[in-house]
Amino acid sequence: MRDWLLLLLLALACSLLPLAGDNYVLRLGTIVAMYAVLAQSWNFIGGLAGYPSFATAAFFGLGAYTSAVLLSYGAPTGLAWTAAGGMACLFAALIGGAILHLKGHYFAIASLAVGEVLREVVNTTPDLTGGGMGMNLPVPKLSVAAAAQTFYFSMLALAALTTAAAIIVQRSRLGFGLRCIQQNEDAANILGVNAYGYKTAAFCLSAVFAGMAGAIYASWVHYIEPPDVFDILLAVKPLVMVLLGGIGTVFGPIIGAFLLIAFEELVWRSFLTIHAAMLGGIIVVLVLFMPNGLLALVRSGLARLRPAGPKP
Amino acid sequence: MTALLALEGVSRRFGGLAALDTVTLSVEAGEILGLIGPNGAGKTTLINVVTGVHPATAGRVLLQGEDITRLKPYRIARKGLARTFQIVQPFPRMSVLENVAAGAVFAGAAPSLKEGLRLSREHLAFTGLAQIADKPASTLTLAQRKRLELAKGLAMNPRFLMLDEVNAGLNSSEVDEALAMIRRIAERGVTILVIEHLMKVVVSVSTRLAVLHHGALIAVGTPREVLADRGVIEAYLGEKYAARLAGARPAEGA
Amino acid sequence: MIYLQVLANGLVLGGLYAAIAVGFSLVWGVLNVINLLHGSFIVLGSYVAFFAYAYFGIHPFLSAGIAGAALFALGYVVQAGLVNRVIAAPVLITLILTFGLDLILNNAMLLAFSADYRKVNLAHPLGSLELGPIFLPGDRVAAMVLAFLLTALLYRVLRDSRIGRAIIAVRMDREAAALMGVDVKRINAITFGLGAFMAGAAGALLSIIYPISPLNSSLFLGKAFVVCVLGGLGSVPGAMVGGVALGLIESFGAYWLGPEHAITLSFSILLVLLFVRPSGILGKRGYE
Repeated sequence: MRDWLLLLLLALACSLLPLAGDNYVLRLGTIVAMYAVLAQSWNFIGGLAGYPSFATAAFFGLGAYTSAVLLSYGAPTGLAWTAAGGMACLFAALIGGAILHLKGHYFAIASLAVGEVLREVVNTTPDLTGGGMGMNLPVPKLSVAAAAQTFYFSMLALAALTTAAAIIVQRSRLGFGLRCIQQNEDAANILGVNAYGYKTAAFCLSAVFAGMAGAIYASWVHYIEPPDVFDILLAVKPLVMVLLGGIGTVFGPIIGAFLLIAFEELVWRSFLTIHAAMLGGIIVVLVLFMPNGLLALVRSGLARLRPAGPKP
Repeated sequence: MTALLALEGVSRRFGGLAALDTVTLSVEAGEILGLIGPNGAGKTTLINVVTGVHPATAGRVLLQGEDITRLKPYRIARKGLARTFQIVQPFPRMSVLENVAAGAVFAGAAPSLKEGLRLSREHLAFTGLAQIADKPASTLTLAQRKRLELAKGLAMNPRFLMLDEVNAGLNSSEVDEALAMIRRIAERGVTILVIEHLMKVVVSVSTRLAVLHHGALIAVGTPREVLADRGVIEAYLGEKYAARLAGARPAEGA
Repeated sequence: MIYLQVLANGLVLGGLYAAIAVGFSLVWGVLNVINLLHGSFIVLGSYVAFFAYAYFGIHPFLSAGIAGAALFALGYVVQAGLVNRVIAAPVLITLILTFGLDLILNNAMLLAFSADYRKVNLAHPLGSLELGPIFLPGDRVAAMVLAFLLTALLYRVLRDSRIGRAIIAVRMDREAAALMGVDVKRINAITFGLGAFMAGAAGALLSIIYPISPLNSSLFLGKAFVVCVLGGLGSVPGAMVGGVALGLIESFGAYWLGPEHAITLSFSILLVLLFVRPSGILGKRGYE
């Protein structure tokens, strides 16, 4: 109940953003919402099931291109976006069947290779996707401000939907089974957990919303090219966000997305040339000094402070 | 009457090595079957074959006449076959209660998570773990972990429970408690297979004994018959000792 | 006849790929760490060779040793100071740590050397080698031979030296090695250093063949991945076999399908191989 209330409040607060900010703020808001979707998506397979997936970029790019191709054939936007999610989900189910028997590093590499193969497929099918030249999407007939609002609310709604799915999954049999798999897959199997089925479900969940985010992103920027939508950073940043906010939790991915984008934005403005290094620095500090995320660190810091306070 | 579980000429090879060699064995409902044999005889392999972890390379495994040889482990688990692991396998970052609930929920004993948690409390009371229900499994002592394994298995509401060295590493009073618990589980109508190293223990608890040696079944029968079997004594103690014992009457266990 | 040429190209390419991958394979196999810095280590080795040639006229074949030594020191420090602290953590953690470190190193190289492609233009190139109908660039063959010798040297070090035996002991059973008095953390650092040594030396040798830029690091890393999965982990012969296999695949793939499909082909093969035989051609099953 608390989670639902929190989600509702958060969504309401975020819907007020257009009142407070200009297009720049809305743009930032859209990016935060997009990464919240991706981080939440990764959390299904990486956080709950414990499988280090780098396929987020593949799902995002696949969704972007699916939607872009459909739109170029005149499909309505809503349909194109939904189909993008469906396509990513279907792809995850097929690929998952092939690579989810791998563990650890092997799974990580395979999931990474999936994205690379997709990128090459796009590069080598210029008739359909424009190949390396990229693809232009129809520009919506909206004013700049209206477009900014539309895409902000679309992405926000998707983030809310993804989070709702996360809440449901976390409390369901599926979420429980995934946590079992993450902690001891053999034992989970012996207790009757259909590990293969559950992992595939988690992989599909990590694909469907990421695919839709890619579709919305493509419509938003109305030009996509392979290095942009299959960027490895689209797979890595969500993962960093989840680590930052707290792995396996419902709101950790959102907090992580907010923190990382806020930090990036502050850094990006002043130190453009060492942007990547700053992200690297965040990762190193995160991994070495706060393995349970920033929130856990804050919590344990508070706990440590408490005994020093006045005694009852 | 068909046996609860029947192995028909079951073999399991790993590369060139036959870990189980054409084993034919049946387990009747309600019995406690002790499975003994020297290290590396294939005892754990037999459990792995039955539970589908390492499916048989030849032969059939039948559960009340139904062929389960090629079923996936989770399907076999849902048919009411539960096991414990020799090296305990808890979900370390879950509470004791959640560990047990996993067994109840996924093996099909409980229709919902909530019901699973309720049932699990009963199993924890039965196994004497109720006081530590909310502790993370990783903080438990070895004896507590062994009991947790047992509780997880029970929560699956099994027809057949396979216990792989649940007593290894326990002191004698802990072993006595564990044995009492095994007997109480049997009284509930659960058929049990016990793998055990300590001869005294297995003889006192089993209604029947089966002996594996180099992957082959060399004797099956009441504890008294099996312990008097020359082949068994040789397998355990070596030929020399067996020959020496042949003069005197073989010592009867416990 | 053309097939002989394609075969020869593939073998030369394969020798270089083996050198690219052998250090990566060593670190992965022994430490169970995927070192995502490996590509940048190779590029850094190339820069060492580039500047050694530009300022001191040292031929890259000689500066390979210098580049290797410099990278060994860097690798040792990275492992001893950073990676060792999380070596027991889940794979995700070490993976993301080396990714972060790579972002830093790569960014630093971009700042220091810019993204411009540079090339070592040898004053006295070796010309081309003619073996009957086959033509091969002499420098490429010489680089491959040196790469092969370095790899063989690593093999001897692992097999015959005290340190090498300690490394293999750690690979087989970390805890048992610790019980036998092996200083596991130090061996970890030396192993990582050796991996970096091979990367640096390979980078120096490659500097006369490939253009040098920090942007190339992911290309090399990708090759190392594929080679390891092809050949199996943590063994020098595995890296050799995997390297030659990839060289041949790319060479024949480029001939039959066109050069633009070479990368798709190698990644597709990677995926198929992961599916059917995750432990590689020479690898043992069940190693994770």
